[in-house]
Amino acid sequence: MMKAYIRSTSAISAQNTFGDQAFLSDIIEYQGTRLKAIEPDYKTYIDPKLIRRMSHVIKMGVAAAMDTLKQANIEQPDAIITGTAFGIMEDTVTFLTRIIEMHEEMLPPTAFIQSTHNTVAAQIALMLKCHNYNNTFVHKGLSFESAVLDALMLLNEGEANNVLVGGIDEMIDTSFKVLTRLGLYRRGEVSNLSLFKDHQKGSIGGEGAAFFVLSNKPEENNLAELSSLATFYNPDIHADVSPYLEAFLAKQDLSVADIDLVITGKNGDIANDAPYNQLKSGLFKNTPCANYKHLSGEYPTSSSFALWLAANIIHREKVPGVLLEDETVVAPPKKVLIYNRYQNKYHSLMLVSAC
Amino acid sequence: MTWVLRHKDILSNAPVYIAGLGVISAIGNNVADHLAAFKNERAGMGPITHFDSVHKGVLPVAEVKMTNHELAEKAAMPLDASRTTLLSVIAAREALTDSAIPDLSKLRTGFVSANSVGGMDRSEDFFIEFLDDNNKGKLRNVWDHECGSITEAVAKELGLTDLMTTLSTACSSSANAIFYGARLIRNGLADVVVAGGVDSLTKFTLNGFNTLMILDKEFCKPFDQNREGLNLGEGAGYVVLVSDAVAGTLNKEPYCLLSGYCNANDAYHQTASSPDGVGSYLAMQGALKKAGLQTSDISYINLHGTGTPNNDSAEGTAIKRLFGPQYPPMSSTKSFTGHTLGASGGIEAVFSALAVKNDLIYPNLRFETQMEELPFAPETQYKEGQHIDHVMSNSFGFGGNCTSLIFSKI
Repeated sequence: MMKAYIRSTSAISAQNTFGDQAFLSDIIEYQGTRLKAIEPDYKTYIDPKLIRRMSHVIKMGVAAAMDTLKQANIEQPDAIITGTAFGIMEDTVTFLTRIIEMHEEMLPPTAFIQSTHNTVAAQIALMLKCHNYNNTFVHKGLSFESAVLDALMLLNEGEANNVLVGGIDEMIDTSFKVLTRLGLYRRGEVSNLSLFKDHQKGSIGGEGAAFFVLSNKPEENNLAELSSLATFYNPDIHADVSPYLEAFLAKQDLSVADIDLVITGKNGDIANDAPYNQLKSGLFKNTPCANYKHLSGEYPTSSSFALWLAANIIHREKVPGVLLEDETVVAPPKKVLIYNRYQNKYHSLMLVSAC
Repeated sequence: MTWVLRHKDILSNAPVYIAGLGVISAIGNNVADHLAAFKNERAGMGPITHFDSVHKGVLPVAEVKMTNHELAEKAAMPLDASRTTLLSVIAAREALTDSAIPDLSKLRTGFVSANSVGGMDRSEDFFIEFLDDNNKGKLRNVWDHECGSITEAVAKELGLTDLMTTLSTACSSSANAIFYGARLIRNGLADVVVAGGVDSLTKFTLNGFNTLMILDKEFCKPFDQNREGLNLGEGAGYVVLVSDAVAGTLNKEPYCLLSGYCNANDAYHQTASSPDGVGSYLAMQGALKKAGLQTSDISYINLHGTGTPNNDSAEGTAIKRLFGPQYPPMSSTKSFTGHTLGASGGIEAVFSALAVKNDLIYPNLRFETQMEELPFAPETQYKEGQHIDHVMSNSFGFGGNCTSLIFSKI
């Protein structure tokens, strides 16, 4: 099987997930329609001289990456790969605003030079003086999965032993406003912890950075195994994906009965959640299901947060109650399936197993 | 269709062929136009005509010589599509048609596209009204802001949505897309991949490069001692990569093999290249190793050659260190097309494949004075009837992202 071991992981999110923390025991409740990431003291991870110039997503990404490498005790990864749908939104908007307000004259260059989508991957390489393979994927709801696929191929080809891979997206005021106008989020305030009780149109916006060291070596300290990945595009919101899911598992010689926990991409929006609810009363009738977007908020690379969650659930042998909707207690799982269906078009499946 | 990673016996050196080509840029709307422009040494730069800017008449650019309206008609797409989408559809469709793969619908076909600013041409329009009042601005104009949206729109148009992704690593974007496509084939995940990239000219990038003071007010002079910067261009370039098995079913001989590739990072500065071009050196060296070739095997280098003092010095220094004392002919086709950013690797891959197939060397226009620090000068003549066995194509981008590809005769 083309697979990888998850050697370490680190996530900056709207919850207390970063650094030395208990696993989702101190849950933060938010009122509103947007969750902002809790920013750590960046000085521990980044040279203060660099911090001043870095915009929000760059700091989040670089800090999560550095922490991930430190946990794996790796100084130079064989490859650095990021996935980001929105890229460096803050710098992009800053430069766009100045072009208009200053009529294209006397513009400072910093926002432009940092606006390129590969800035986080580049800054990590720069800080590590790492000359190895460096790539960035920007494919909407499958940006992170594309990055992971690249990492799996590098490991499979023997081109790398340890790959740093991450999903990063920021939500700034401008993008939040535009996406709200596009109808992605709730019209009124909601508690993130009752997102799934209150059936309405729209989700809550989010952001975050989650990184992983994926390795081809079985080691005692590995957190979990990423056993398989699949993605597909199907814009039919009524599409029944049960056959796809079963085929995905069958290729691993597994059936639904072998899955101990499914992490779904439910986000509180009626139309978005309907297919997941159908699966829960069909294919996953006897399989415990967990949600995560009430903790992370909805964003295109939130599946990286789900993978952080799966690795921790398996490693710590604990399914935090805050993730559960129908079940109250779930036994420590050995096999976790993540199914995200971003905007009802971009489907991704990740199978995470105990080592 | 689901694509699932399964263990395959890795065919890490299984041949990957280039079976189709498509390109649009300031010097032409298809492959044939480009070959004619090279032969006639006709560059594509001129004044800005497709958008308003204070730099109009001051900074030359290399625009595709069609309005959005004309492009939309040619692409058979809605008039309000992003220019980026339109350029991409036209070039990718040309490549796919050119490849004429029998029974394509029975094969696993991927679409791997790259761009650096997505639908920014439309976002700029949106932003003017939005800045004034956050409840204003036509939402249709930001619908395709994201880089991935362009790929999705084009993939839908071409019917290639089963396996698609988007890369964005600034000016090396589409070179990375091409070798990612080849790796999808070698890892047994696809039979055919349409790979390359696109970028349209925008106020965003024009002003961005202008703040860096690396835009030449004259037509650019790559690898010239007196070079003063680059000219921005626009366009799209795609190749159709096919596996060995698919190549065997084709009704015509493929153009060439994609034999080598490598990405390395300069890890020196966010935008500037290191003085000795360590990233470029490592990328070229890695691509040669992947192809199992020596420097002496390379018949022609299609340079990154933007025309900025910094790039050409770093790239030249890396070539000197790697190739010296024997240098193959080399030239920068950006002296024709301008620097098309995220599209350049794809466009120049098309030129490289044509050079291998047709035994051509393209001239480096406007070259006058050899760079003092380099022992070589670029080719200035269009040459036919050369023996072109292996072409190296360089693409280097912001964030120290350096990629070299090697195209080889079958």
